[in-house]
Amino acid sequence: MAITKRISKQQVKHIAKLARISLSKEDVELFQKQLGDIIEYFNLLSEVDTEGVEEVSQVTGLENVVRKDEVKDFLSQKHALSNAPETEDGFFKTISPFKQTP
Amino acid sequence: MNDLRKFSIRKVHEFLQQGKLSSEELVKDAFHHIEKYDTTIKAFLTLDKERAYAKAKKIDKKIAHGFELKSLEGIPYSAKDIFCTKDVRTTAGSKILEKFIPPYDATVIKRMNEAGAILIGKNNCDAFGFGSSTENSGYFTTTNPYDVERVPGGSSGGSAAAVAMGMGVCSVAEDTGGSIRQPSAFCNVSGIKVTYGRVSRYGAIEYGSSLDSVGHIARTIEDLALLLEHTAGYDEHDSTTLDKDVPRYTEEMKKSIDCIQIGIPKEYFPDDGIDNEVKQNVLEAAKIFEKLGCHLEEISLPHTKYAVSVNYLAGICEVSANLARYDGIRFGHRTEKSKDLFEQYTRSRSEGFEDEVKRRIMLGTYALSAGYFDAYYKKAMQVRSILKREMEEAFSRVDVILSPVAPTPPFKIGAHKGDPLSMWLEDVFTMTLNPTGCPGLALPSGFSKEGLPIGMQIYGPQFSEALLFRLGYHFQKETDYHMQKPDILNKNNS
Repeated sequence: MAITKRISKQQVKHIAKLARISLSKEDVELFQKQLGDIIEYFNLLSEVDTEGVEEVSQVTGLENVVRKDEVKDFLSQKHALSNAPETEDGFFKTISPFKQTP
Repeated sequence: MNDLRKFSIRKVHEFLQQGKLSSEELVKDAFHHIEKYDTTIKAFLTLDKERAYAKAKKIDKKIAHGFELKSLEGIPYSAKDIFCTKDVRTTAGSKILEKFIPPYDATVIKRMNEAGAILIGKNNCDAFGFGSSTENSGYFTTTNPYDVERVPGGSSGGSAAAVAMGMGVCSVAEDTGGSIRQPSAFCNVSGIKVTYGRVSRYGAIEYGSSLDSVGHIARTIEDLALLLEHTAGYDEHDSTTLDKDVPRYTEEMKKSIDCIQIGIPKEYFPDDGIDNEVKQNVLEAAKIFEKLGCHLEEISLPHTKYAVSVNYLAGICEVSANLARYDGIRFGHRTEKSKDLFEQYTRSRSEGFEDEVKRRIMLGTYALSAGYFDAYYKKAMQVRSILKREMEEAFSRVDVILSPVAPTPPFKIGAHKGDPLSMWLEDVFTMTLNPTGCPGLALPSGFSKEGLPIGMQIYGPQFSEALLFRLGYHFQKETDYHMQKPDILNKNNS
């Protein structure tokens, strides 16, 4: 079933928040139009009869690929941290997600 | 050796082994072209000059001492900037990775290097591969070597332009919806989009993980066949690669193409929506195949027009998940100051991502959100099944399918400014292969009256690369479009 209502400014702001992207007022205007056009284009799919058709996302027929549970050398800690903006004592460092209680 | 372009990689390699040419000369030739032309073409984001020369000198010593060279040893190549290259900056064409120095090599890079090829630098591309022109790069737009006011195609535009300009012999690139084939067509070079899982995606910065196909751009089919022999095959680091033998493509390609059935899908040659010169050109190319002993058959692929939606919906949904990793904590850009973690995420991402990246993440977030999932993602994956079945049915009647790569010759820079949807629709002829996993070969089929390159694509069932190379190889023996070089090189006699 096609969704015919065009995307609203409020929705643009909401999905931006979900996607952790901040938008200026102008961005919201512009993206509302651009995203709206694209979503409208997607609605073309609604004319295809997909009753009873199974979805596919893996196309070469592989199923449940597992590997051996073995310890292997990969990156050293130094290398793994080499691109981090901030580190401390061999850890990635960032702002605490928790607020400190006084 | 004043024009190395005339020779295949195999031939150049022979010259190296015989001491008729040194690896240093080859590397020098590549950097000579870069220094002379790249201020105009802008095909490179990062060069790796010192290491390239050091490797070349080492190889030359090996030659001098009479050692046998490995099969790509001494051959200078470039790579699209979405492949992790150990100690060489890798940006994915996006500002969010402006300072990213990978601590490891992508498998495809590792395999090129292990065969002895020399990485000379990293090619510009649309950020994360999101685009068809390189205009979505966070850095600059690469120009088309045949007309610098036009785009080189995308997203692997830097790779195709570099190969056309002799800035290295070949380039490693990636195709998620046409990103190898369309720039190859626009820059008069050859490109292979492999079967999904034929080449490892390990270390390739993700776009759409169920669509991304790592491949090559080179001047000839013969070179592509040689390169793929080295890079295809199972990789324990990518569980979607298949443990399937890699054919000797360079032998297979020489086999006769007599009696091969080529399907001509009428949906790819419509009355509207395609440049007439392109249409006629590819139909002429089909006649050349007929002359070479192939049979042409008109076929119909009625769901073709849905491929753009299917591919983009799969792509953006995977993008919204894949690009969640850019959090400003482990790698990539972090904003200067923020009051809390949420602000750090949003500001880092908003400062680092280009507009097209934001659009695709948001669209994917939207399509996957509650209430929309069935109408968009699920629906697209059902139509994907239908597309796959349609292709399988077509390949039960014909061996391969022939079509144009793009509906027009290279377009002007800025032609799609502000209208992302119209840019997406540029990919209408290349989109079916990624959601169905099929391989496609793009190769030069002539020029427009204005002298702009036109390309055709031959595509086949999964794992039919050898057959595609066979057709391409024989076509290139019969024609010399692929030997034409940009005027900018002719004028300057280099």
